[in-house]
Amino acid sequence: MNWESVIGLEVHAELATQSKIFCGCSTAFGQEPNTQVCPVCAGMPGVLPRLNRTAVEYAVRVGLALNCTITRYSKFDRKNYFYPDLPKAYQVSQLYAPICRDGHLAVEVDGTTKIIGIREIHMEEDAGKLIHDAVSDNTLMDFSRCGVPLIEIVTQPDFHSAAEVRTFLMQLREILLYLGVCDCKMQEGSLRADINISVRPEGGELGVRTEMKNLNSFKAIGRAIEYETRRQIQLLESGKQVVQETRRWDDDAGVSYGMRSKESAPEYRYFPEPDLLPIYIDDQWLQSIVENLPEMAEAKRARYMRCWGISALEAATLTSHVYVAQLFEEVAALSRNPMEAAHLVAGEIMRLMNQTDTLPEDLAVDAKKLATLITLVSSAKINRNAYKEAVEAVFIDGVDPEEYIAQRGLRMVSDADAIAEAVAAVITEQRQAVADYRAGQHKALGFLIGQAMRKLQGKGNPALVRKAMLEALE
Amino acid sequence: MEIDAQLIAYLEELSCLILSEREKQRLTDDLREILNSMARLEELNTTGVPERSHPFDNVNAFREDVVQPSLSREHILQNAPAHNSEFFIAPKTVE
Repeated sequence: MNWESVIGLEVHAELATQSKIFCGCSTAFGQEPNTQVCPVCAGMPGVLPRLNRTAVEYAVRVGLALNCTITRYSKFDRKNYFYPDLPKAYQVSQLYAPICRDGHLAVEVDGTTKIIGIREIHMEEDAGKLIHDAVSDNTLMDFSRCGVPLIEIVTQPDFHSAAEVRTFLMQLREILLYLGVCDCKMQEGSLRADINISVRPEGGELGVRTEMKNLNSFKAIGRAIEYETRRQIQLLESGKQVVQETRRWDDDAGVSYGMRSKESAPEYRYFPEPDLLPIYIDDQWLQSIVENLPEMAEAKRARYMRCWGISALEAATLTSHVYVAQLFEEVAALSRNPMEAAHLVAGEIMRLMNQTDTLPEDLAVDAKKLATLITLVSSAKINRNAYKEAVEAVFIDGVDPEEYIAQRGLRMVSDADAIAEAVAAVITEQRQAVADYRAGQHKALGFLIGQAMRKLQGKGNPALVRKAMLEALE
Repeated sequence: MEIDAQLIAYLEELSCLILSEREKQRLTDDLREILNSMARLEELNTTGVPERSHPFDNVNAFREDVVQPSLSREHILQNAPAHNSEFFIAPKTVE
Protein backbone atom coordinates (compact mmCIF):
# COMPACT_ATOMS: atom_id res chain seq x y z
CA MET A 1 0.00 0.00 0.00
CA ASN A 2 1.13 3.55 -0.68
CA TRP A 3 1.16 5.59 2.49
CA GLU A 4 0.99 9.34 2.68
CA SER A 5 1.98 11.40 5.70
CA VAL A 6 -0.12 14.39 6.71
CA ILE A 7 1.75 17.00 8.72
CA GLY A 8 0.81 20.24 10.43
CA LEU A 9 3.08 22.57 12.36
CA GLU A 10 2.90 24.73 15.45
CA VAL A 11 5.82 27.13 15.25
CA HIS A 12 6.73 29.13 18.33
CA ALA A 13 8.71 32.31 17.75
CA GLU A 14 9.95 34.51 20.58
CA LEU A 15 9.37 38.14 19.66
CA ALA A 16 12.47 40.33 19.67
CA THR A 17 11.08 43.00 21.98
CA GLN A 18 13.36 44.54 24.61
CA SER A 19 10.97 43.87 27.47
CA LYS A 20 8.54 41.07 28.32
CA ILE A 21 4.96 40.88 27.09
CA PHE A 22 3.23 41.93 30.34
CA CYS A 23 5.98 43.58 32.41
CA GLY A 24 9.16 45.60 32.02
CA CYS A 25 11.66 42.79 32.70
CA SER A 26 14.37 42.37 30.10
CA THR A 27 14.12 39.56 27.54
CA ALA A 28 17.92 39.30 27.06
CA PHE A 29 19.09 35.72 26.57
CA GLY A 30 21.83 33.99 28.53
CA GLN A 31 21.77 36.02 31.75
CA GLU A 32 22.14 34.58 35.27
CA PRO A 33 19.05 32.55 36.30
CA ASN A 34 16.17 34.43 37.95
CA THR A 35 17.72 37.86 37.44
CA GLN A 36 14.96 39.00 35.03
CA VAL A 37 11.97 38.40 37.25
CA CYS A 38 9.51 40.82 38.88
CA PRO A 39 6.28 40.36 40.81
CA VAL A 40 4.22 40.31 37.56
CA CYS A 41 6.10 37.51 35.80
CA ALA A 42 6.66 35.67 39.09
CA GLY A 43 2.87 35.41 39.41
CA MET A 44 2.61 37.27 42.72
CA PRO A 45 -0.99 37.83 43.86
CA GLY A 46 -2.51 41.24 43.26
CA VAL A 47 -0.31 42.33 40.36
CA LEU A 48 -1.68 43.59 37.07
CA PRO A 49 -0.16 42.63 33.72
CA ARG A 50 0.10 45.32 31.05
CA LEU A 51 0.45 44.49 27.38
CA ASN A 52 3.57 45.49 25.42
CA ARG A 53 2.41 47.48 22.37
CA THR A 54 5.44 46.46 20.29
CA ALA A 55 4.64 42.77 20.82
CA VAL A 56 1.21 43.36 19.25
CA GLU A 57 2.74 45.21 16.31
CA TYR A 58 5.30 42.46 15.71
CA ALA A 59 2.56 39.81 15.72
CA VAL A 60 0.56 41.86 13.21
CA ARG A 61 3.64 42.22 11.00
CA VAL A 62 3.93 38.44 10.82
CA GLY A 63 0.22 38.15 10.04
CA LEU A 64 0.56 40.64 7.19
CA ALA A 65 3.61 38.84 5.77
CA LEU A 66 1.73 35.54 5.91
CA ASN A 67 -1.34 36.97 4.15
CA CYS A 68 -3.57 36.65 7.22
CA THR A 69 -6.74 38.47 8.15
CA ILE A 70 -5.86 40.68 11.12
CA THR A 71 -8.37 40.30 13.93
CA ARG A 72 -9.51 43.84 14.72
CA TYR A 73 -10.93 42.94 18.12
CA SER A 74 -8.68 40.41 19.76
CA LYS A 75 -8.27 39.27 23.35
CA PHE A 76 -6.41 37.00 25.72
CA ASP A 77 -7.49 33.84 27.53
CA ARG A 78 -6.10 31.84 30.41
CA LYS A 79 -4.87 28.34 29.76
CA ASN A 80 -4.80 26.58 33.11
CA TYR A 81 -2.40 23.79 33.86
CA PHE A 82 -0.24 22.45 36.67
CA TYR A 83 3.35 22.46 35.64
CA PRO A 84 5.89 24.59 37.45
CA ASP A 85 7.31 26.29 34.33
CA LEU A 86 4.83 29.14 34.88
CA PRO A 87 4.41 30.16 38.51
CA LYS A 88 0.85 31.44 37.95
CA ALA A 89 -0.38 27.91 37.12
CA TYR A 90 -1.80 29.30 33.88
CA GLN A 91 -0.45 30.68 30.65
CA VAL A 92 -1.93 33.81 29.14
CA SER A 93 -2.66 32.88 25.55
CA GLN A 94 -5.30 33.48 22.87
CA LEU A 95 -7.88 30.80 22.16
CA TYR A 96 -11.11 32.50 21.11
CA ALA A 97 -9.88 35.55 19.19
CA PRO A 98 -6.27 35.06 18.00
CA ILE A 99 -4.60 38.15 16.55
CA CYS A 100 -4.33 36.75 12.98
CA ARG A 101 -6.26 34.11 11.04
CA ASP A 102 -6.58 32.44 7.65
CA GLY A 103 -3.30 33.15 5.93
CA HIS A 104 -1.03 31.27 3.58
CA LEU A 105 2.53 31.03 2.41
CA ALA A 106 3.65 29.81 -1.01
CA VAL A 107 6.70 27.58 -0.82
CA GLU A 108 8.74 26.15 -3.64
CA VAL A 109 9.59 22.45 -3.28
CA ASP A 110 11.35 20.57 -6.07
CA GLY A 111 10.37 23.17 -8.63
CA THR A 112 6.66 23.21 -7.80
CA THR A 113 4.90 25.91 -5.82
CA LYS A 114 2.79 24.74 -2.95
CA ILE A 115 0.40 26.82 -0.87
CA ILE A 116 0.58 26.13 2.86
CA GLY A 117 -2.44 27.37 4.82
CA ILE A 118 -1.92 29.30 8.05
CA ARG A 119 -4.81 28.57 10.40
CA GLU A 120 -3.96 31.25 12.95
CA ILE A 121 -1.27 33.17 14.76
CA HIS A 122 -1.82 33.76 18.43
CA MET A 123 0.14 35.62 21.07
CA GLU A 124 1.15 34.14 24.39
CA GLU A 125 3.78 34.29 27.11
CA ASP A 126 6.74 31.96 27.14
CA ALA A 127 7.29 29.67 30.13
CA GLY A 128 10.32 29.34 32.39
CA LYS A 129 13.07 26.77 32.23
CA LEU A 130 13.11 23.67 34.39
CA ILE A 131 16.36 21.94 35.16
CA HIS A 132 16.51 18.54 36.78
CA ASP A 133 19.01 18.51 39.63
CA ALA A 134 20.41 14.98 39.79
CA VAL A 135 22.09 15.59 43.15
CA SER A 136 18.98 16.54 45.13
CA ASP A 137 16.55 14.85 42.71
CA ASN A 138 14.57 18.10 42.63
CA THR A 139 13.48 20.43 39.85
CA LEU A 140 15.23 23.80 39.68
CA MET A 141 13.20 26.62 38.18
CA ASP A 142 14.46 29.67 36.29
CA PHE A 143 11.63 32.16 35.71
CA SER A 144 13.67 34.62 33.62
CA ARG A 145 12.03 33.38 30.41
CA CYS A 146 8.50 33.54 31.87
CA GLY A 147 6.61 36.26 30.03
CA VAL A 148 8.90 36.60 27.03
CA PRO A 149 6.46 37.36 24.20
CA LEU A 150 5.76 34.46 21.88
CA ILE A 151 3.69 33.97 18.80
CA GLU A 152 2.45 30.54 17.84
CA ILE A 153 1.96 30.10 14.12
CA VAL A 154 -0.42 27.21 13.46
CA THR A 155 -0.48 25.80 9.94
CA GLN A 156 -3.10 23.68 8.25
CA PRO A 157 -2.12 20.01 7.85
CA ASP A 158 -0.91 20.77 4.33
CA PHE A 159 2.51 19.10 4.38
CA HIS A 160 3.24 15.62 3.04
CA SER A 161 7.00 15.32 3.44
CA ALA A 162 9.93 16.35 5.58
CA ALA A 163 11.31 18.30 2.62
CA GLU A 164 8.16 20.44 2.42
CA VAL A 165 8.31 21.14 6.15
CA ARG A 166 11.97 22.09 6.02
CA THR A 167 11.48 24.41 3.05
CA PHE A 168 8.51 26.09 4.71
CA LEU A 169 10.40 26.59 7.97
CA MET A 170 13.44 28.02 6.23
CA GLN A 171 11.26 30.43 4.30
CA LEU A 172 9.31 31.37 7.42
CA ARG A 173 12.58 31.93 9.26
CA GLU A 174 13.79 34.34 6.56
CA ILE A 175 10.48 36.22 6.73
CA LEU A 176 10.72 36.57 10.52
CA LEU A 177 14.32 37.75 10.21
CA TYR A 178 13.49 40.29 7.49
CA LEU A 179 10.54 41.51 9.57
CA GLY A 180 12.94 42.04 12.47
CA VAL A 181 10.51 40.37 14.89
CA CYS A 182 12.51 37.29 15.96
CA ASP A 183 16.21 36.43 16.01
CA CYS A 184 15.30 32.83 15.05
CA LYS A 185 18.15 31.26 16.98
CA MET A 186 16.94 27.68 17.21
CA GLN A 187 19.81 26.68 19.49
CA GLU A 188 18.63 29.32 21.98
CA GLY A 189 15.00 28.25 21.62
CA SER A 190 13.78 31.49 20.08
CA LEU A 191 12.29 29.50 17.18
CA ARG A 192 10.89 26.04 17.87
CA ALA A 193 8.44 23.76 16.14
CA ASP A 194 6.00 21.11 17.31
CA ILE A 195 4.91 18.71 14.62
CA ASN A 196 1.55 16.97 14.27
CA ILE A 197 1.84 13.95 12.07
CA SER A 198 -0.40 11.12 10.90
CA VAL A 199 -0.28 8.66 8.02
CA ARG A 200 -3.05 7.40 5.76
CA PRO A 201 -3.39 5.28 2.65
CA GLU A 202 -2.87 7.75 -0.19
CA GLY A 203 -5.99 9.87 -0.57
CA GLY A 204 -7.77 7.99 2.24
CA GLU A 205 -9.28 9.07 5.56
CA LEU A 206 -7.08 10.97 8.02
CA GLY A 207 -5.29 8.71 10.49
CA VAL A 208 -4.68 9.16 14.23
CA ARG A 209 -2.04 11.82 14.82
CA THR A 210 0.80 12.19 17.27
CA GLU A 211 2.45 15.42 18.34
CA MET A 212 6.24 15.70 18.48
CA LYS A 213 7.88 18.22 20.72
CA ASN A 214 11.43 19.30 21.45
CA LEU A 215 12.51 19.97 17.87
CA ASN A 216 15.18 22.62 17.81
CA SER A 217 17.06 22.24 14.55
CA PHE A 218 16.09 21.83 10.91
CA LYS A 219 18.00 18.56 10.84
CA ALA A 220 16.18 17.21 13.90
CA ILE A 221 12.84 18.17 12.33
CA GLY A 222 13.62 16.27 9.14
CA ARG A 223 14.84 13.18 10.98
CA ALA A 224 11.94 13.22 13.43
CA ILE A 225 9.35 13.35 10.64
CA GLU A 226 10.99 10.50 8.78
CA TYR A 227 11.25 8.41 11.93
CA GLU A 228 7.67 9.05 13.02
CA THR A 229 6.25 8.34 9.55
CA ARG A 230 8.07 5.00 9.47
CA ARG A 231 6.98 4.12 13.00
CA GLN A 232 3.31 4.79 12.25
CA ILE A 233 3.38 2.88 8.96
CA GLN A 234 5.02 -0.10 10.68
CA LEU A 235 2.35 -0.06 13.41
CA LEU A 236 -0.50 0.04 10.89
CA GLU A 237 1.02 -2.57 8.59
CA SER A 238 1.38 -4.99 11.49
CA GLY A 239 -2.30 -4.50 12.32
CA LYS A 240 -1.74 -2.25 15.35
CA GLN A 241 -3.14 1.19 16.10
CA VAL A 242 -1.46 4.57 16.38
CA VAL A 243 -2.17 6.03 19.83
CA GLN A 244 -2.91 9.75 20.00
CA GLU A 245 -0.15 11.09 22.25
CA THR A 246 2.61 13.61 22.67
CA ARG A 247 6.04 12.25 21.82
CA ARG A 248 9.45 13.62 22.62
CA TRP A 249 12.19 13.48 20.01
CA ASP A 250 15.63 12.45 21.24
CA ASP A 251 17.93 13.69 18.51
CA ASP A 252 21.05 12.00 19.90
CA ALA A 253 19.43 8.57 19.94
CA GLY A 254 17.42 9.24 16.75
CA VAL A 255 14.18 7.96 18.31
CA SER A 256 10.99 9.45 19.73
CA TYR A 257 9.19 8.16 22.77
CA GLY A 258 5.73 8.73 24.18
CA MET A 259 5.16 11.03 27.13
CA ARG A 260 2.20 11.92 29.34
CA SER A 261 0.15 9.01 28.05
CA LYS A 262 -1.90 9.07 31.29
CA GLU A 263 -3.47 12.46 30.71
CA SER A 264 -3.49 12.22 26.96
CA ALA A 265 -6.33 14.67 26.51
CA PRO A 266 -5.35 17.78 28.47
CA GLU A 267 -8.14 19.88 29.90
CA TYR A 268 -6.93 23.45 30.04
CA ARG A 269 -10.15 25.08 31.26
CA TYR A 270 -9.64 28.17 29.11
CA PHE A 271 -11.51 31.32 30.08
CA PRO A 272 -11.20 35.00 29.10
CA GLU A 273 -8.29 36.72 30.87
CA PRO A 274 -9.92 39.24 33.20
CA ASP A 275 -6.71 41.19 33.96
CA LEU A 276 -6.15 42.35 30.38
CA LEU A 277 -8.33 44.59 28.25
CA PRO A 278 -9.11 43.52 24.69
CA ILE A 279 -6.97 44.76 21.80
CA TYR A 280 -8.69 46.88 19.19
CA ILE A 281 -6.74 47.55 16.00
CA ASP A 282 -8.37 50.38 14.06
CA ASP A 283 -7.66 51.29 10.42
CA GLN A 284 -5.21 53.98 11.35
CA TRP A 285 -3.07 51.73 13.56
CA LEU A 286 -3.13 48.91 11.02
CA GLN A 287 -2.13 51.35 8.28
CA SER A 288 0.83 52.59 10.30
CA ILE A 289 2.00 48.99 10.90
CA VAL A 290 1.76 48.34 7.16
CA GLU A 291 3.71 51.51 6.41
CA ASN A 292 6.43 50.63 8.90
CA LEU A 293 6.95 47.09 7.62
CA PRO A 294 10.66 46.52 7.02
CA GLU A 295 11.77 45.99 3.44
CA MET A 296 11.43 42.30 2.52
CA ALA A 297 13.78 40.29 0.29
CA GLU A 298 11.79 40.83 -2.90
CA ALA A 299 11.67 44.61 -2.48
CA LYS A 300 15.37 44.69 -1.66
CA ARG A 301 16.21 42.73 -4.82
CA ALA A 302 14.18 45.13 -6.96
CA ARG A 303 15.82 48.15 -5.33
CA TYR A 304 19.36 46.81 -5.76
CA MET A 305 18.70 46.22 -9.45
CA ARG A 306 16.85 49.48 -10.07
CA CYS A 307 18.98 51.89 -8.07
CA TRP A 308 22.42 50.39 -8.40
CA GLY A 309 22.28 48.32 -11.57
CA ILE A 310 23.15 45.13 -9.74
CA SER A 311 22.49 41.94 -11.71
CA ALA A 312 19.47 39.76 -10.89
CA LEU A 313 21.76 36.90 -9.96
CA GLU A 314 23.84 38.94 -7.53
CA ALA A 315 20.74 40.59 -6.08
CA ALA A 316 19.29 37.13 -5.40
CA THR A 317 22.49 36.00 -3.68
CA LEU A 318 22.67 39.17 -1.59
CA THR A 319 19.10 38.74 -0.34
CA SER A 320 19.30 35.00 0.27
CA HIS A 321 19.78 35.81 3.96
CA VAL A 322 18.89 38.98 5.79
CA TYR A 323 22.29 39.16 7.49
CA VAL A 324 24.05 38.95 4.13
CA ALA A 325 21.80 41.74 2.81
CA GLN A 326 22.55 43.82 5.90
CA LEU A 327 26.31 43.35 5.44
CA PHE A 328 26.03 44.29 1.79
CA GLU A 329 24.04 47.45 2.54
CA GLU A 330 26.53 48.53 5.20
CA VAL A 331 29.53 47.96 2.95
CA ALA A 332 27.76 49.71 0.06
CA ALA A 333 26.98 52.75 2.22
CA LEU A 334 30.44 52.98 3.79
CA SER A 335 32.34 52.49 0.54
CA ARG A 336 29.88 54.52 -1.55
CA ASN A 337 30.45 51.88 -4.18
CA PRO A 338 27.39 49.58 -4.23
CA MET A 339 28.45 47.71 -7.37
CA GLU A 340 31.86 46.80 -5.98
CA ALA A 341 30.25 45.96 -2.60
CA ALA A 342 27.79 43.66 -4.39
CA HIS A 343 30.61 41.84 -6.21
CA LEU A 344 32.51 41.48 -2.95
CA VAL A 345 29.68 40.19 -0.75
CA ALA A 346 27.98 38.01 -3.39
CA GLY A 347 31.34 36.67 -4.54
CA GLU A 348 34.28 36.51 -2.19
CA ILE A 349 32.37 36.76 1.11
CA MET A 350 29.89 34.04 0.11
CA ARG A 351 32.81 31.85 -0.99
CA LEU A 352 34.59 32.39 2.33
CA MET A 353 31.36 31.66 4.24
CA ASN A 354 31.02 28.34 2.43
CA GLN A 355 34.67 27.51 2.85
CA THR A 356 34.60 28.16 6.60
CA ASP A 357 31.04 26.85 7.21
CA THR A 358 29.98 30.23 8.53
CA LEU A 359 26.22 30.63 8.95
CA PRO A 360 24.72 34.01 8.03
CA GLU A 361 23.70 34.61 11.66
CA ASP A 362 27.33 34.13 12.73
CA LEU A 363 28.65 36.55 10.11
CA ALA A 364 30.94 38.80 12.14
CA VAL A 365 33.08 40.44 9.46
CA ASP A 366 33.58 44.18 9.92
CA ALA A 367 31.80 46.14 7.18
CA LYS A 368 34.07 49.14 7.74
CA LYS A 369 37.18 47.09 7.00
CA LEU A 370 35.64 45.70 3.82
CA ALA A 371 34.67 49.19 2.74
CA THR A 372 38.27 50.34 3.27
CA LEU A 373 39.49 47.57 0.98
CA ILE A 374 36.97 48.55 -1.69
CA THR A 375 38.23 52.13 -1.55
CA LEU A 376 41.83 50.90 -1.84
CA VAL A 377 41.17 48.67 -4.84
CA SER A 378 38.97 51.12 -6.69
CA SER A 379 41.51 53.93 -6.26
CA ALA A 380 44.27 51.64 -7.60
CA LYS A 381 46.20 51.52 -4.32
CA ILE A 382 46.10 47.71 -4.36
CA ASN A 383 45.45 45.33 -7.20
CA ARG A 384 42.83 42.59 -7.41
CA ASN A 385 45.09 39.83 -6.10
CA ALA A 386 46.11 41.84 -3.07
CA TYR A 387 42.45 42.82 -2.55
CA LYS A 388 41.36 39.20 -2.53
CA GLU A 389 44.12 38.24 -0.14
CA ALA A 390 43.32 41.11 2.22
CA VAL A 391 39.56 40.37 2.15
CA GLU A 392 40.32 36.82 3.23
CA ALA A 393 42.57 38.05 6.06
CA VAL A 394 39.86 40.46 7.21
CA PHE A 395 37.20 37.74 7.06
CA ILE A 396 39.19 35.04 8.82
CA ASP A 397 41.47 36.93 11.22
CA GLY A 398 39.76 40.30 11.42
CA VAL A 399 43.02 42.09 10.55
CA ASP A 400 43.25 45.84 10.10
CA PRO A 401 43.32 46.23 6.29
CA GLU A 402 45.75 49.19 6.09
CA GLU A 403 48.19 47.55 8.49
CA TYR A 404 47.94 44.21 6.74
CA ILE A 405 48.65 45.74 3.34
CA ALA A 406 51.62 47.69 4.69
CA GLN A 407 53.08 44.67 6.47
CA ARG A 408 52.67 42.37 3.50
CA GLY A 409 53.93 45.00 1.08
CA LEU A 410 50.78 44.66 -0.97
CA ARG A 411 50.48 48.28 -1.98
CA MET A 412 50.44 48.50 -5.73
CA VAL A 413 53.65 49.46 -7.55
CA SER A 414 52.84 52.48 -9.70
CA ASP A 415 56.41 53.69 -9.72
CA ALA A 416 57.25 54.22 -13.43
CA ASP A 417 60.95 53.35 -13.00
CA ALA A 418 60.29 50.04 -11.24
CA ILE A 419 57.75 49.09 -13.90
CA ALA A 420 60.04 50.12 -16.77
CA GLU A 421 62.86 48.05 -15.24
CA ALA A 422 60.68 44.95 -14.98
CA VAL A 423 59.37 45.39 -18.53
CA ALA A 424 62.87 45.84 -19.96
CA ALA A 425 64.10 42.69 -18.20
CA VAL A 426 61.20 40.65 -19.58
CA ILE A 427 61.81 41.90 -23.12
CA THR A 428 65.45 40.79 -22.90
CA GLU A 429 64.62 37.39 -21.37
CA GLN A 430 61.59 36.39 -23.42
CA ARG A 431 62.90 36.78 -26.96
CA GLN A 432 60.58 34.13 -28.42
CA ALA A 433 57.41 35.69 -27.03
CA VAL A 434 58.51 39.16 -28.13
CA ALA A 435 59.14 37.85 -31.64
CA ASP A 436 55.73 36.09 -31.62
CA TYR A 437 54.00 39.32 -30.63
CA ARG A 438 55.80 41.34 -33.28
CA ALA A 439 54.84 38.67 -35.83
CA GLY A 440 51.18 39.44 -35.05
CA GLN A 441 50.43 36.89 -32.31
CA HIS A 442 48.76 39.28 -29.95
CA LYS A 443 48.00 36.69 -27.29
CA ALA A 444 51.71 36.71 -26.44
CA LEU A 445 51.06 40.12 -24.83
CA GLY A 446 49.20 38.53 -21.89
CA PHE A 447 52.13 36.23 -21.23
CA LEU A 448 54.63 39.11 -21.32
CA ILE A 449 52.53 41.25 -18.96
CA GLY A 450 52.23 38.25 -16.64
CA GLN A 451 56.01 37.87 -16.57
CA ALA A 452 56.47 41.54 -15.76
CA MET A 453 53.90 41.29 -12.95
CA ARG A 454 55.83 38.35 -11.58
CA LYS A 455 58.96 40.44 -11.40
CA LEU A 456 56.93 43.01 -9.45
CA GLN A 457 55.74 40.26 -7.03
CA GLY A 458 52.22 40.61 -8.39
CA LYS A 459 51.91 44.17 -7.07
CA GLY A 460 52.33 46.12 -10.31
CA ASN A 461 49.59 48.48 -11.33
CA PRO A 462 48.06 46.40 -14.16
CA ALA A 463 47.13 49.41 -16.31
CA LEU A 464 50.58 50.95 -16.02
CA VAL A 465 52.37 47.63 -16.64
CA ARG A 466 50.29 47.05 -19.75
CA LYS A 467 50.95 50.53 -21.04
CA ALA A 468 54.72 50.23 -20.41
CA MET A 469 54.85 46.81 -22.09
CA LEU A 470 53.01 48.04 -25.19
CA GLU A 471 55.33 51.03 -25.46
CA ALA A 472 58.41 48.82 -25.12
CA LEU A 473 57.15 46.45 -27.80
CA GLU A 474 56.41 49.20 -30.31
CA MET B 1 -24.43 19.67 34.29
CA GLU B 2 -24.68 16.88 36.85
CA ILE B 3 -22.26 17.10 39.77
CA ASP B 4 -21.53 13.49 40.61
CA ALA B 5 -18.71 11.48 42.15
CA GLN B 6 -17.08 10.96 38.78
CA LEU B 7 -16.93 14.69 38.03
CA ILE B 8 -15.58 15.43 41.50
CA ALA B 9 -12.83 12.86 40.96
CA TYR B 10 -11.98 14.49 37.62
CA LEU B 11 -11.83 17.98 39.17
CA GLU B 12 -9.70 16.58 41.96
CA GLU B 13 -7.22 15.34 39.41
CA LEU B 14 -7.26 18.54 37.32
CA SER B 15 -6.68 20.76 40.32
CA CYS B 16 -4.06 18.46 41.89
CA LEU B 17 -6.01 18.26 45.18
CA ILE B 18 -6.53 15.28 47.46
CA LEU B 19 -9.91 15.52 49.17
CA SER B 20 -11.33 13.61 52.11
CA GLU B 21 -14.80 12.02 51.80
CA ARG B 22 -16.25 14.85 53.90
CA GLU B 23 -14.65 17.50 51.69
CA LYS B 24 -15.94 15.76 48.59
CA GLN B 25 -19.47 15.82 49.94
CA ARG B 26 -19.20 19.50 50.87
CA LEU B 27 -17.80 20.35 47.46
CA THR B 28 -20.58 18.43 45.71
CA ASP B 29 -23.19 20.43 47.64
CA ASP B 30 -21.39 23.74 47.01
CA LEU B 31 -20.96 23.18 43.31
CA ARG B 32 -24.61 22.16 42.92
CA GLU B 33 -25.69 25.33 44.65
CA ILE B 34 -23.36 27.45 42.50
CA LEU B 35 -24.68 25.88 39.31
CA ASN B 36 -28.26 26.42 40.47
CA SER B 37 -27.54 30.10 41.11
CA MET B 38 -25.86 30.50 37.75
CA ALA B 39 -28.80 28.76 36.06
CA ARG B 40 -30.97 31.68 37.13
CA LEU B 41 -28.99 33.85 34.67
CA GLU B 42 -30.57 31.90 31.86
CA GLU B 43 -33.90 33.45 32.77
CA LEU B 44 -32.57 36.85 31.62
CA ASN B 45 -33.64 38.00 28.18
CA THR B 46 -30.38 38.84 26.38
CA THR B 47 -31.85 39.42 22.93
CA GLY B 48 -30.05 42.35 21.35
CA VAL B 49 -27.32 42.44 24.01
CA PRO B 50 -23.93 42.13 22.28
CA GLU B 51 -21.56 39.41 23.40
CA ARG B 52 -18.57 40.67 25.34
CA SER B 53 -15.55 39.20 27.06
CA HIS B 54 -14.72 41.94 29.54
CA PRO B 55 -16.89 43.96 31.91
CA PHE B 56 -15.23 47.25 30.85
CA ASP B 57 -15.65 49.02 27.52
CA ASN B 58 -12.01 50.15 27.46
CA VAL B 59 -9.54 48.61 25.06
CA ASN B 60 -5.79 48.92 24.40
CA ALA B 61 -4.18 49.46 27.80
CA PHE B 62 -0.63 49.21 26.58
CA ARG B 63 2.83 49.79 27.93
CA GLU B 64 5.69 50.86 25.68
CA ASP B 65 8.50 48.39 25.06
CA VAL B 66 10.90 49.79 27.66
CA VAL B 67 12.96 47.68 30.04
CA GLN B 68 12.38 48.36 33.74
CA PRO B 69 14.59 46.99 36.48
CA SER B 70 13.64 43.52 37.72
CA LEU B 71 13.59 42.61 41.39
CA SER B 72 16.91 41.46 42.82
CA ARG B 73 17.28 37.72 42.77
CA GLU B 74 17.57 37.63 46.54
CA HIS B 75 14.24 39.40 46.87
CA ILE B 76 12.37 37.40 44.28
CA LEU B 77 13.52 34.11 45.80
CA GLN B 78 12.81 34.95 49.40
CA ASN B 79 9.09 34.15 49.37
CA ALA B 80 9.55 30.73 47.80
CA PRO B 81 9.00 27.71 50.03
CA ALA B 82 12.25 26.27 48.71
CA HIS B 83 15.15 27.85 46.87
CA ASN B 84 18.92 27.90 46.68
CA SER B 85 21.01 30.95 45.84
CA GLU B 86 20.03 30.89 42.15
CA PHE B 87 16.87 28.85 41.61
CA PHE B 88 13.39 28.19 42.88
CA ILE B 89 13.13 24.54 43.84
CA ALA B 90 10.15 22.26 43.28
CA PRO B 91 9.72 18.55 43.88
CA LYS B 92 10.90 16.45 40.95
CA THR B 93 8.64 17.09 37.97
CA VAL B 94 8.77 14.37 35.40
CA GLU B 95 7.71 14.86 31.84
